[in-house]
Amino acid sequence: MKLLNCPINGTRPLSEFIFGGEYRVAPDQDSCSDAQWAAYVHNRNGSPGDKKEWWYHSPSGTWFIAERNTLTDKVSRTYLLSNANLNPALESAQ
Amino acid sequence: MTLRIAKQTGEWLNRDKKIHFEFEGQALTAFKGDTITSALWAAGLTVLGRSFKYHRARGILSLANHDVNILVTDGIDTNMRADVVEVTEGMKLSAVNTSGSVKKDKNSYIDSISPLLPVGFYYKAFHTPRRLFPFWENIIRKAAGLGIVNFNYPRILKRKQHTHCDVLVIGAGPSGLTAAYLAAQAGLTVTIVDENKQAGGSLGYDRAGDAASVAQLQDLLNKVTSQDNITLLTASYAAGYYPDHLIPIVSAQGISKVRARAVIVASGAFEQPPVFRYNDLPAVMLGSAAQRLIYRYGVKPFNHGLVLTANDYGYRVALDLLQAGTKVVAVVDMRKAGDAAYTAKLIEHGVKIYTGHCVYEALASSDKSSVKGAVICAYDDKNNLALTSNKFTLACDGIAMSAGWTGASALLYQAGTGMQFNYQIEQFIPSRLPDGMFAAGKVNGVFNLEQRLQDGVRAANAAIGYLGLKAVQTEAITHTGSSPSHPYPMVPHEKGKNFVDFDEDIQIKDFVNAAKEGFDNIELMKRFTTVGMGPSQGKHSNMNAIRILAKIRNLPVEKIGTTTSRPFFHPTPIGHLAGRGFHAHRLTSLHDWHHTHGAVFTDIGAWKRAAYYPAPGQAKQDAIQAEAMAVRHSAGIIDSSSFGKIELHGPDAAEFLERFFTGVYKTQKVGACRYLMLLDESGVVVDDGIASRLAEDLFYLSIGTSNAAAVYREMQRYQQMWQLNLGLVNVTGAFGAIGIAGPAARIILATLTDLDLSDEAFPISCVREAKVAGVAARVIRLSFVSDKTYELHVPMSQVPHVWHALMTVGEKHGLRPFGSDTQRLLRLEMGHAMPGVDTDGLTNPFEIAADWAIKMNKAYFIGQRSLAILAKRPLRKQLVPFVLAQNFAGEMPMDCNLVIEGQDIIGRVTSISYSQFIGRCIGFAYVTPDKTALGSTFSIRTDNGSLVTATVVATPFLNNQKDA
Repeated sequence: MKLLNCPINGTRPLSEFIFGGEYRVAPDQDSCSDAQWAAYVHNRNGSPGDKKEWWYHSPSGTWFIAERNTLTDKVSRTYLLSNANLNPALESAQ
Repeated sequence: MTLRIAKQTGEWLNRDKKIHFEFEGQALTAFKGDTITSALWAAGLTVLGRSFKYHRARGILSLANHDVNILVTDGIDTNMRADVVEVTEGMKLSAVNTSGSVKKDKNSYIDSISPLLPVGFYYKAFHTPRRLFPFWENIIRKAAGLGIVNFNYPRILKRKQHTHCDVLVIGAGPSGLTAAYLAAQAGLTVTIVDENKQAGGSLGYDRAGDAASVAQLQDLLNKVTSQDNITLLTASYAAGYYPDHLIPIVSAQGISKVRARAVIVASGAFEQPPVFRYNDLPAVMLGSAAQRLIYRYGVKPFNHGLVLTANDYGYRVALDLLQAGTKVVAVVDMRKAGDAAYTAKLIEHGVKIYTGHCVYEALASSDKSSVKGAVICAYDDKNNLALTSNKFTLACDGIAMSAGWTGASALLYQAGTGMQFNYQIEQFIPSRLPDGMFAAGKVNGVFNLEQRLQDGVRAANAAIGYLGLKAVQTEAITHTGSSPSHPYPMVPHEKGKNFVDFDEDIQIKDFVNAAKEGFDNIELMKRFTTVGMGPSQGKHSNMNAIRILAKIRNLPVEKIGTTTSRPFFHPTPIGHLAGRGFHAHRLTSLHDWHHTHGAVFTDIGAWKRAAYYPAPGQAKQDAIQAEAMAVRHSAGIIDSSSFGKIELHGPDAAEFLERFFTGVYKTQKVGACRYLMLLDESGVVVDDGIASRLAEDLFYLSIGTSNAAAVYREMQRYQQMWQLNLGLVNVTGAFGAIGIAGPAARIILATLTDLDLSDEAFPISCVREAKVAGVAARVIRLSFVSDKTYELHVPMSQVPHVWHALMTVGEKHGLRPFGSDTQRLLRLEMGHAMPGVDTDGLTNPFEIAADWAIKMNKAYFIGQRSLAILAKRPLRKQLVPFVLAQNFAGEMPMDCNLVIEGQDIIGRVTSISYSQFIGRCIGFAYVTPDKTALGSTFSIRTDNGSLVTATVVATPFLNNQKDA
């Protein structure tokens, strides 16, 4: 079983984690076209390579980002999401 | 005739303890420490088993846990590997895969018809005519498989444990022991594992007639055992490699999952048999098997044996045989010349050496139970030709064979090691090791003993350095001298029976035929010929198969490559893997009460909930209807403690809710409740619930049981993104909840609280904080199951106290408990659709007529943009409430039955139930939008195929009461 490094709790076995999908930034929902939004909602890029992924450390309730190469299954780094410009839809709404 | 010899230094026997056992009805004796095979061989038995396919007589091959032709049963266990299983007092053993006895196996006729059974014949032979297949199938099923499963096998729980170490060393031979000692000296915790009963590897038995290595081994073992930070595990094997150095170590007791920071693979090499006609006869064995027999068990392999060799190792074997008292008839070396020093030594002992010769074929004794001689002839090494013109026969009663090795590299392959074929030693060795993996010794292509010790030091230093400690890093060690493996130790013979794979009786010609059929890729050839697919998994056949294919295709060996190595390295009993059936359940604090009151439980999410409380002998439907009638006519009480409960504290709590859910919460008054609907980004309904505002900066959310953990998790994720000024607290386990519903609910509750329960002071969709039965409670008034429903949220530990108080005062009002199945019926009567029951993974809120819950004019909420797109499109389906005819008496439709119009499916039923209170069958179904008007009818097809007419009505269903 793989090990994963939770930025808060350190290295833990994979069974303690839940995969949260690829980290993707939504297009601005007020200015994007219907097609752009549909593509964001429904399409996923499954090609192997370096990905940013959401992971959740279940016992402690910690969401974080893992940068993982899905071809080699190597996790290069994990970190908490910072608060910078992460949801353009919201930024523009405010 | 016994082949037991005098006590050998370092042998594994306790000669003071005699063991009595039976094999195939014959009473035999052995010493404590003997394996089944060594005891049988010592007693002069040679036919120990039968081969899988042709039922040929077989004896010892490896004596190293790969003798899969010698599988025995003791009547309880089957397929016990006789070459490694210790014989114990009173064992009654017999060989598997025989008909009659191992000596006179009735199925041995198959060998004589073997020309009719070429490789792959069963892929072709049994297809036509089809009607005969059941006949063939019966025969094939009887022939397939080894041993008979004992269905009365006792259930034995095997332990599973997790351990950790800095360095795991796999293999306790000279290089492994050296590496382990050095790593331990550096202060690291070391686990060293070896599949043999005793540590030492080849240092224990590869002696070339000289006992000096015994002292060397003892010295190494003393060093290792003197280190407190070394755990030495014998009779245990590393069964596979899993990511981040997780290695299951299997022993008879169970599995240890070892997490190591670094792994040193010093697993040694498997000796590979040379291939010649009748190389499978009993008493034709590997040189290392002969050595093990002598030094571990004090048994002489033969009285006058012949050594066939294609490397210098065979000379060492010959010296060991001499030491054991075997007369060595000759050493036949397939090479032009052997090691000068060994040659001189053997000649000194009067051993005749034939270089440039091969064994053309072995000759079976008259009863085919052993060897009576070997046909020798000159061998053209370059052109792989037996020059038979001057062949001659040497009488002997056994042949020891040494032709080369293949690394025990399974775990290296599984870890993703790059392997390269090295032509200096004719072996695949690691060329690119993954992080934290190291290899040492024979598996790393290092064969000379001194060099193996150095390689152990080098690998240990590399591991120590990898773990961040100081260590001298040295260059890789390369093999010097002649190759330990012959590039092609296979002698052609026009009559065949030259076996490559002893598990599956595969001969050289089978590979030629497979290639002719087009299966000339190693993975295809494996599957067509089944080479390496037997119980030994090709440990002594895969390398020869690769060499044969390389020759057939005229390609270098590395172009052929190897087949994929997968866990497990060795067959592992299923009992070791079976789990103990842990299912974590969450129980409410009233669980025992429900149990003693006859509740039937149901699993909802992780929770056990009381579904209904049948009286003794009462049917499920009757119990549910009776509970529902109590709620309609008097009062019912339900344990809702499993509901998801989440608190939002902070000034941005309302802002968070507005973004996360579809409704409006900033304007919600303290003391009021509002509906929550959660969508996903594509606008699909995920869940719903209730938000109770307890203070300006405190919302208390209650949501459905099964999805609560996932909803809370998503709230945490969005809070990570939004970073609003609030705190999220999951209080699901901290608070329990009791629902009390029905016309008498208010009067019962009023006796336990000072709270004003009048409709004016406490209308529906409001929350109050008050003491109930002396306990601080959050009281929520809902209309989910009835117009008069109060939900009391109190600390989980106080739930029984409040419950009992309510039950006591409620008794005279007819209060009775109801379960979650009854709750489903009650909410249906009220006309509430439930996400997850009445919706699926594609349902949007418009389809369940929940437009009222969607506040599109907000700046943002999850799913809003998708709803904006969906709103522009016509609906394809819509959820409608329906009733069946009042006098309906046919087969009742069930959830998921289809709505049919003509030949088309136009929808499906999501909920349906008979309601005794209403006196009709009621339900929800998806239909096309043209069927949604009040009074429309549609047809539901039941399981028996009949069509049932349903009529669309308005909710709540209660208004459709028979007499209303």
